[in-house]
Amino acid sequence: MTTRGSFLAGLGLFAGTTVLMIAGGAWAAEPQPWQFGLQPPAGSIAEKATSLHNLLLVIITAISLFVLALLVYTCVRFRQSANSKPSKTTHNAVIEVLWTVVPVLILVVIAVPSFRLLYYMDRTQDTEMVIKITGNQWYWNYEYPDEELSFDSYMIDEAELKKGEKRLLEVDYPMVVPAGTRIKLLVTGNDVMHSFFVPSLAVQTYSIIGRVNEAWIDVPEGANTYYGQCNQICGVNHAYMPIVVKALEKKEYEAWLAGAKEEFASVETPADTLLKKTLVASAN
Amino acid sequence: MSAQNTNNAATHAEDGHAIPTGFVRRWLYSTNHKDIGTMYIIFSILAALIGGGFSIFMRMELMEPGVQYMADGHVWNVFTTAHGLIMVFFVVMPGLIGGFGNWFVPIMIGAPDMAFPRMNNISFWLLPPAFLLLLMSAVMDGGAGVGWTIYPPMSSTAGTPGMSMDLAILSLHLAGVSSILGAANFITTIFNMRAPGMTLHKMPLFAWSMLVTAFLLLLAVPVLAGAITMLLTDRNFGTTFFIPEGGGDPILFLHLFWFFGHPEVYIMILPAFGIVSHIISTFSRKPVFGYLGMAYAMVAIGFVGFIVWAHHMYTVGLNVDTRAYFTAATMVIAVPTGVKIFSWIATMWGGSISFRIPMMWAIGFIFLFTVGGVTGVVLANAGLDVILHNTYYVIAHFHYVLSLGAVYGLFAGFYYWFGKMTGYTYHEGLAKIHFWMTFIGVNLTFFPMHFLGLAGMPRRYIDYPDAFAGWNYVASIGSYISAIGVLVFLALILEAFISKRKAGANQWGEGATTMEWQVASPPPFHTFDALPKIK
Repeated sequence: MTTRGSFLAGLGLFAGTTVLMIAGGAWAAEPQPWQFGLQPPAGSIAEKATSLHNLLLVIITAISLFVLALLVYTCVRFRQSANSKPSKTTHNAVIEVLWTVVPVLILVVIAVPSFRLLYYMDRTQDTEMVIKITGNQWYWNYEYPDEELSFDSYMIDEAELKKGEKRLLEVDYPMVVPAGTRIKLLVTGNDVMHSFFVPSLAVQTYSIIGRVNEAWIDVPEGANTYYGQCNQICGVNHAYMPIVVKALEKKEYEAWLAGAKEEFASVETPADTLLKKTLVASAN
Repeated sequence: MSAQNTNNAATHAEDGHAIPTGFVRRWLYSTNHKDIGTMYIIFSILAALIGGGFSIFMRMELMEPGVQYMADGHVWNVFTTAHGLIMVFFVVMPGLIGGFGNWFVPIMIGAPDMAFPRMNNISFWLLPPAFLLLLMSAVMDGGAGVGWTIYPPMSSTAGTPGMSMDLAILSLHLAGVSSILGAANFITTIFNMRAPGMTLHKMPLFAWSMLVTAFLLLLAVPVLAGAITMLLTDRNFGTTFFIPEGGGDPILFLHLFWFFGHPEVYIMILPAFGIVSHIISTFSRKPVFGYLGMAYAMVAIGFVGFIVWAHHMYTVGLNVDTRAYFTAATMVIAVPTGVKIFSWIATMWGGSISFRIPMMWAIGFIFLFTVGGVTGVVLANAGLDVILHNTYYVIAHFHYVLSLGAVYGLFAGFYYWFGKMTGYTYHEGLAKIHFWMTFIGVNLTFFPMHFLGLAGMPRRYIDYPDAFAGWNYVASIGSYISAIGVLVFLALILEAFISKRKAGANQWGEGATTMEWQVASPPPFHTFDALPKIK
C-alpha cells in the first residue's frame, strides 16, 4: 500500500502549489522574477480583467481541489484492502442531474462579469486621441494622425543597453502617450502577422496586412512605462520587437510632441511605403 | 458485458492457413488489424522520440536567458513547428487511433477485422512518407518556421519563400488522407460489423470514443485539406485566397484552420477518455457509472467541438457579438466534460480499487485533465483572453490537456494492454519509476508555465526578458526528468521482451470484462473462429 500512499501524497503536494497562484507580484508594468500572477493592472480595462481573473482563479482552484479531495477520499475509502466487495451501483439520477446543473450555474456566474468586461473593452467611442500602430518585420511604427507624426520603434541591441535597462524590452523610440487619457489604437500590418501586446494595459490585437483592428487603452494618471512584446510568430526576430508605452504628464507630453515633430519631420509614413510596394508589385 | 462462445485460447490452434509469412508479406502487405495496430504504435513511439527530443532541445535553449544552442530565432521557430506537427499528427493520433483503435475496436465489438483491411494498410503506409516530408520541411530550404498553425502571410511566399512550406503542406495532405481513410474504416466497422447482440448501447466506451473521434476526423480533416490546398495554390499558382493584395484574407485561413483545429484537439483526447473509462472500471471492479451519460457526453463534446473554433481568434479583430457567442459556446463544453470527470470518480466510488500501473496513469489523468480543463474555462473568456492569448498560460493549458491528458491516455492504454498485445508482462518496478518520473517531470515543466503566462511571456520566443528566467529554469529541469522517464520506459519495453514473462488471457481479474480479455494474450492472428454472441 506504500504505492497508494506516496501516490496520494504526490497529488496533494502538487495541488498545494496551485493556491500560490493567487499571490501577486510587486507593482510594476513589466514582468518580475518568480512572479506568480498577472502584472498589476493599469487602467480601467486591466482592472476589470484582473478582477475577473481573480474571481476565476478562486473558482477553478476550488473546483480542482474539490476533484482532488473526491479522488483522494475515494482512493482511501474504497481501496481494495478497505472495501473488498465492490458495489454494483451504476446509476443515481439525483447526482447525475446535480453534476450537470451545478456546473451550468457556475458558468452563469462566470458569464455575467465576463460579458460585462467584453462589452466594456469594445466600447471605443469615448477616446480622446488616436494612434495608428503598424507591425513590420521586425519593428513597430507609431503614427499620430492628428499630429501628422510617424516614427519607427526598434529594440535596443543588448550591446547598446545602458545600465539598468532591461534586455529585450527596451526600444529606441517608445510609443509616448499622455497620462490619464483614453486612446484609440488602430492596429494594422505591413507584412506577416504580428500582435500588439501590452499585458499591464490589457491590450492585445493582431496586426494584419490589409486590415485595421481597433482597440483602446485607458492610460492611468502618472508618468509610467508599460512594457510589452510582439505576440504572434513573425519570423527570425519575433522575440526582438518589444513594445514600450511611455506615459508622460500632459505638459511633458506636449513638449515631447513638439520635439518629435521636428525630429521625425522627413520620415516616410508606412502608407507611403505600402503604396510604393503596391506600385512596384503591379508594375512587375 | 460478457461474451458467450468466444474462443478458448487453448483450443484455438493457429492452423497456419492465411497467415502470411515473411517480413514483407506479414508487415508491408498487412491487412490484419492487430499487425497494423502494432505498426502504428511502433511508429508513434519512434515519432515521439523525435518530436519529444525536439522539445527537450527547446527546453535546453530556454533554460537560461540568452541564445545558447540555436543559430537564431528562425531555427527556434522551425523546432516549435516540427514539435507541434509531429506530436499532433505523428504521435498522439497514430498512437491512440491507429494503434489502440485498430487493435481493440474490432475485438471489443466482436468483429473479425476492420471493414476495409486493405484501406487500413494504406492508411498506415501513408504515414511514414508524410513523416518523411515533414522532417524534410524542417531541414530543406532553411526549414518552415511558421508554428503548427501555419498562419499566412507567414506561411505564404511573403513569410516563407522556400520549398520547406510546400513540403509541410504535402506532409499534412498525406497525413490527412491517412486520417480520413482510417475514419471511414472505423465508422463502417462499428456500424456494420458488431457481433450479434452487440447493440450500440452495449458497445464498450472505447469503441464509442473511436466512433465519435472518427466522425470528427471525417468532418474536420477535409476542411484542413481545403485550406492548405488553397495555401498551396497561393504559394505556387498565383491565387490570392489569403493574400490581401489580391482581395484575399489571412483571417479566412484562420477560420478554416481552427474549424479543423478545434475538433482536432478533441480527436486527440476522446480516445483517451475511452481508455480511461475502461481502466477505471477494471481496477475498481465496477461497471462504468452512468454508461449512457458517458457515451453521449462524448457525442456532445464532439458536437460542441465544431462550433467553438473562433475562441482561438479572440484577438484577430472579430466582432464583439461574435466573441460573446464563442465565449458562451466554449464554456458550455465544461458541462459534458464535468459529467465525464464526475462519472469516473463515481465509478471508483464504492469500488474495490487496486492501484496497478494503468490505474495510476488513469487517476493521474483525471486530476491533471481537470487542471488543464479549468484553465480552459479561464481562456474561454474573450475579455480576459487579451492578456493571456499566445502567452505561456495557453502553452500550460494545452499541454495539461494534451501532454498530460492525451499522453497519459497513451501510457495508460499501453500499460493496460501491453500484456494483451505482446503476451508478455512488464516490470512493475520500472513501470512505477516511469510513472513517477513522468508525473513529477511534466508537472514541473508545465505548471510554472501558468506563472510565466500570467506575467506575460509570449510563446514561440527563442529568448525572453531576464525576469522570466526563474520559472523557465524550473520548467527545463522538469523536462529533463520526464526525458529520463522516457529512457526508463524504453528500458521497460526492452526488459519485457528479453524476460518474456507470459501474460495470461486476463491479467487484471474480474474487473476486466470487455471482449479482449476473453481471448488469448496475444490474441490469435484471426481473433475469432466464429462470430461471438453477446448476451
